[in-house]
Parts: sequence; C-alpha cells; structure tokens
Amino acid sequence: MSYFGDVVALTRKDLLLELRAKETLPSMLLFVLAALTIFHFALPRGAGHTAALGLLWSALIFTALLGLTRAFVAEREQGMFDALVLAPCDRSAIWLAKSLAVLAFLAAAEVVALPAFAAFFSGIGGRTIAAVALADLGIAAVGTLFGAMAVAGRARELLLPLLFLPMAIPIVVGGVGGYLWFLVLYDAIFVVLAWATFEYVVAEV
Amino acid sequence: MKLPAFAAATAGLVALAVALVFFYVPSDADQGFSQRIFYFHVPIALTSYVCFGWGAWKALRYLRSRDARADTESYVAIHQGVMFGALTLITGSIWAKASWGVWWSWGENQLVLFLVLFLFYCAYFMLRFSVDAGASRANMSAVYALFGVVLIPVSFLAIRLSQNFIHPVVFNSHGPQMTGAQFLTFCVSFAAVLALFATLYRVELAGKRIDAHLRELRELLA
Repeated sequence: MSYFGDVVALTRKDLLLELRAKETLPSMLLFVLAALTIFHFALPRGAGHTAALGLLWSALIFTALLGLTRAFVAEREQGMFDALVLAPCDRSAIWLAKSLAVLAFLAAAEVVALPAFAAFFSGIGGRTIAAVALADLGIAAVGTLFGAMAVAGRARELLLPLLFLPMAIPIVVGGVGGYLWFLVLYDAIFVVLAWATFEYVVAEV
Repeated sequence: MKLPAFAAATAGLVALAVALVFFYVPSDADQGFSQRIFYFHVPIALTSYVCFGWGAWKALRYLRSRDARADTESYVAIHQGVMFGALTLITGSIWAKASWGVWWSWGENQLVLFLVLFLFYCAYFMLRFSVDAGASRANMSAVYALFGVVLIPVSFLAIRLSQNFIHPVVFNSHGPQMTGAQFLTFCVSFAAVLALFATLYRVELAGKRIDAHLRELRELLA
C-alpha cells in the first residue's frame, strides 16, 4: 500500500469510529457552546469586540484540547498502538491520519462555534475565519504529537494541557492579532517538525 | 580539567564578577545603582538559552545514536536551564520593581518569553516523571526538547508582535551600547555565569552517573 493509501485508510477508520460511536464531536460542540455562554456572563456589559474575540480564541483552544484528549483513547484502551506500530506502514502516516481526523473534528466544531459567536457577540470577519482555519492546522499537528506522548504517561489526560498550552500561546497571539503570515509560519515549522519526530514518539526502542 | 579544580576556578571567576559589578563599574546615569543587576540578569538569561540549546543538541545526538548518556546529558542541561530561567524571572522582577515600580510588566518581552519557556520546560519534567524509564521515555523527552528550542524564536516573535516596546535595547546592529568598563564587567559576568552552569552541569551529571552505576551494581547483587 502506498503512503497516501495508508493515510486514507487510517483517517477513514477514525472518522468511521466517530460516526458510529459519536463520542468526541458532540462533547466538543456542547463544550464550546457552554464556554461561549459562560463568556457572555464573564464579560462586563459594553465590553468591546476585541475582548470578545480574545475569549473566542480561548474557547477554541480549550475545545481543541478536549478533542485532543480523546484522540488516542481508542488506541490506548484496545491496545491498538502496538498493532499500528507493527503494521508495515511509515509511522508518520499514523500521525498524519490522526491529525486529519482531529482537523475534521475541529472544523466541524467551529462550523457551529463561529456562527454561534457571531450571533451571541459581535460579527466575524473573513480575516478571523482564515486565522481560525490556519490555527487549526497547527493545533492538529502539534496536538496530535503531544497527545501521543501524553497517553504513554501515567498522568494521561492531566499531562496534555500542560504540554500543549505553552505551545498554543503563539497561536493565540497570531489569531487575536490577525497576523495570518505568522500563523502560516507557525504551521510550516511545526507541521514539518511533528512529521519528522512522530516516529520516535511511538517507537519502543 | 578535573571537577574540583574547575569548581574552584568557577568560584574565583564568580567572585571577580561580583567585585567588578559592585566596586569597579560606574553607576548608570539614568537608572543609578539598581542598573547593576543588569550584569547578573542578562548573563543568567543568556546562559539559560545556552542550557536549552545544549539540551536540544544532546537530544538530537540521542535520537541519532540511541546513546543513553546523551539522554541523561540532555535532561541535566534542561534541568539547569529551568533553574537559570527561574533566576531570570526573579532578577527580572526585581529589576522591574526598582526601575518601573512594578513586580511584573507584560511589556517586557524577555520576561514574558521566559514565563512561556518556564511553563513549557516545567511540563518537560511532568512528561519525564510520568513515563517509565527506558527508550520510550528518552525518545519522548528528546522530541519535546527539540520542540522547545524551536519554540524559543517562535515565541519571541509572537511576543514581539503582541506588545509595544518598553524594554531597553542594549544590543543593536551598531554593536553593544556600553562603555568599555561596562562591557568588560558584562563579559566577565557572562563568563562567570557560563562557568557556573558548566560546573553545576558536571556535578549533577556525575551524581546521575554514580546513581545509575549504583543501581546496576545493586541489580547484579540481587
């Protein structure tokens, strides 16, 4: 099987699993709506567009974190990791497939979250949508790699936010400021790095 | 050089740096006496970058050679880096209080960068202590250390984008903006802090090696 074929098969497995079990996406949707509702009460009356936009970014990061924590649960509980590592495919294909699945979940959650934000608070410009799309790439790439690290440890769900949040700070800066070029730079650097290093994260030797 | 002689040389260098800072270099015309903390704050900050860089270099060496010694060296370098990073945050806070009257200033890019790096590298220890010792842990630590060293410039750029400058710029494209006496003191301080790092690095490494050796002997006996 070709590299591309492996990636498609693995991504299909994840999406199919979610379609049947419906575990991750509904909780992400509920979480982001609840978070936006909390932010409505957290913001003082008359707070401007910029303040609300900042809260949107924190809601998105935490929603992504929720999805990422679930990303490798099936692999861990069913002992699937060993099988995947033993499979005769390039190991970075596992990362790429999982990142694509995470990206799909994120996009699906944001299809609901962004209109909800526009309705609850103030409107959303094209620049913000582009920034969210670019940020998703970086979140999925880095988050999937760190998710694979976190499930190997004893602390598991506790560990991922600690590893991931410092990495997410530049994404928030680029997103809130609307620096699209910076997000492109971030994605380019960390996608390549995660792609190159995933092999070592799952290797046992 | 043997470790005791090296440690003694380091102690001498640190003493010389302290003497220069307090008795030789003139007070800053603008900030007065409190500016002298600059000769500790900046070398400590730079040394902490050196530690993280060295840790990442050893991590790369580990991934290429699978040599367990490189893994320990990477861990020890990052451990030292976090300690120097904490010192940077503390001395930076003291300087901010003396200069601007506040303990913390979000406008000071270096300070914010160190906070981000401190958070990132503290999580390194959480990762390391939550995985059982072995090849898998060494691999993950190495990958994380590599991410850290890439995160440094990216975060720096991000923080620069997000803030307006109030940090005094000491080095620019025209060379160091310091007088001869100041530059000399700065260089001696920097050398002293670097030597301090090298000594602590070697001490901790020696301890870790003895520890590992002892464990092997115990396993042989059991």
